[in-house]
Amino acid sequence: MRRRAGGTGRAWRTPVAVALVSGLAVAACSAPDQDVAQVGETSRSAVVFAAASLTEVLTELGAEFERGHPGTSIDFNFAASSALAQQIAAGAPADVFASASPEPMDQVVDLDLVAEPPVIFAANRLQIVVPSGNPGGVTGLADFADPDKVIALCAPAVPCGGAAREVLELAGIDAKPDTYERDVRATLTKVRLGEVDAALVYRTDVLVAGDEVRGVDFPESERVVNDYPLAALAEASDADLASAFVDYLRSPAAEDVLRTAGFDVP
Amino acid sequence: MAPALLLVPALFGLAFLLVPLLGLVLRAPWGELPAQLGSPEVLGALRLSLVCATAATALSLLLGVPLAWLLARSTFPGKRLVRALVTVPLVLPPVVGGVALLVVFGRRGLVGEHLHEWFGVSLPFTTGAVVLAGTFVAMPFLVVSVEGALRAADVRLDEAAATLGASRWVTFRRVTLPLVAPGVAAGAVLAWTRALGEFGATITFAGNFPGRTQTMPLAVYLAMESNPEAAIVLSLVLLLVSVAVLALLRERWMGGASR
Repeated sequence: MRRRAGGTGRAWRTPVAVALVSGLAVAACSAPDQDVAQVGETSRSAVVFAAASLTEVLTELGAEFERGHPGTSIDFNFAASSALAQQIAAGAPADVFASASPEPMDQVVDLDLVAEPPVIFAANRLQIVVPSGNPGGVTGLADFADPDKVIALCAPAVPCGGAAREVLELAGIDAKPDTYERDVRATLTKVRLGEVDAALVYRTDVLVAGDEVRGVDFPESERVVNDYPLAALAEASDADLASAFVDYLRSPAAEDVLRTAGFDVP
Repeated sequence: MAPALLLVPALFGLAFLLVPLLGLVLRAPWGELPAQLGSPEVLGALRLSLVCATAATALSLLLGVPLAWLLARSTFPGKRLVRALVTVPLVLPPVVGGVALLVVFGRRGLVGEHLHEWFGVSLPFTTGAVVLAGTFVAMPFLVVSVEGALRAADVRLDEAAATLGASRWVTFRRVTLPLVAPGVAAGAVLAWTRALGEFGATITFAGNFPGRTQTMPLAVYLAMESNPEAAIVLSLVLLLVSVAVLALLRERWMGGASR
């Protein structure tokens, strides 16, 4: 998958990576960069790169942490875990990484970029999500093979896409998606807008979208569980604050918030 | 000799623009290039990009040239406002354009709802949506370019044609259009390159499916997450296409003029 740069190319690696990453950020018109830039007037800050599916729950936990630690600021960059792993590998200024599956974290670990071995702090399962009113009449995974239904899946490279591929294989279904979205929230958005008849997202995303969507359970979801690894990063600008936030996410108070949001807590 | 105060920042500016592109060329896995270029995914994305950019340019010509004529040659109330509105997509972040297109042409959109209800047509996630997204971001370039050419062209030639009995349509087709042909061509090339590079509006409105809506920029973005080498190869291809178009543009329409 990832290859290290060869001898002659090494000198160019950093400028190229920075150029590519900044180019991508511009191209994606991604708002998260603004979050990263917002350091505010506080004296200590940590930047958390986190999976898109963690958007609401970590934002809440970050605010809670800031209240408990006056003078600190926790800023977030939410995107597909695989995209975040690439950004961290390219030298993005991240202090903590929370991934939606082990593979992106493994890439970061393989590059010796974690301060300590990652811990699993949450787990999540897929659910079928349909717009409220279920215009496509979707009742189960079998509908994903119907070419007449408009179906969205996450791109295979991102964690929710990998999990989707796995459950569809387990169920023996040859899915006919119409689009592979860049992260789980982009997938969810297409359902919220009613542009697709069904999609596979995490249970927690269905809860976030509230009345706009409906979740449909299916038996295979129990067999594919995504573990969420968490680690403070080696190049953290404030290592103490980074590891304090990691510890906080594993505290009983944080676990309650995660459970309320629909995550399993190991 | 230029003063150092200008020369030094100028050279830094030049390096800033060129080094990333040079890096892309140096970092490219040249050994894998033939295999990557021959892969069905890359070929599919490249073909889709070329076809959609060309279709978006054609649509822009069909609608944009008359619009440019309207702005340059006729008077109507609120013309200045209309001209300003036409250029909004130029400065609008493309992803906002994608959201707007989805809100209007989506299955539950203002127009899309009726398209779906009456004709069973659903635009999002189709190649047609890629063309519409490209047209939305590219047409203003064409309109601005053609309008400029029309304003610079000598109206007396049109008047002479009219005096000789040509109808307004014949005058437009036989006199006005040939006069502004270089402007139309330059505008078309600008529009084509803009449509070719389109990302934000496409991924938002048309989604991403290989062979149907996954254009080169989308393929680059997604390859970056799983196979950075492939992303570099794809980027290199887009860079080559862009440079080729630029070279063509300079020689054909810019080289002779003193601009």
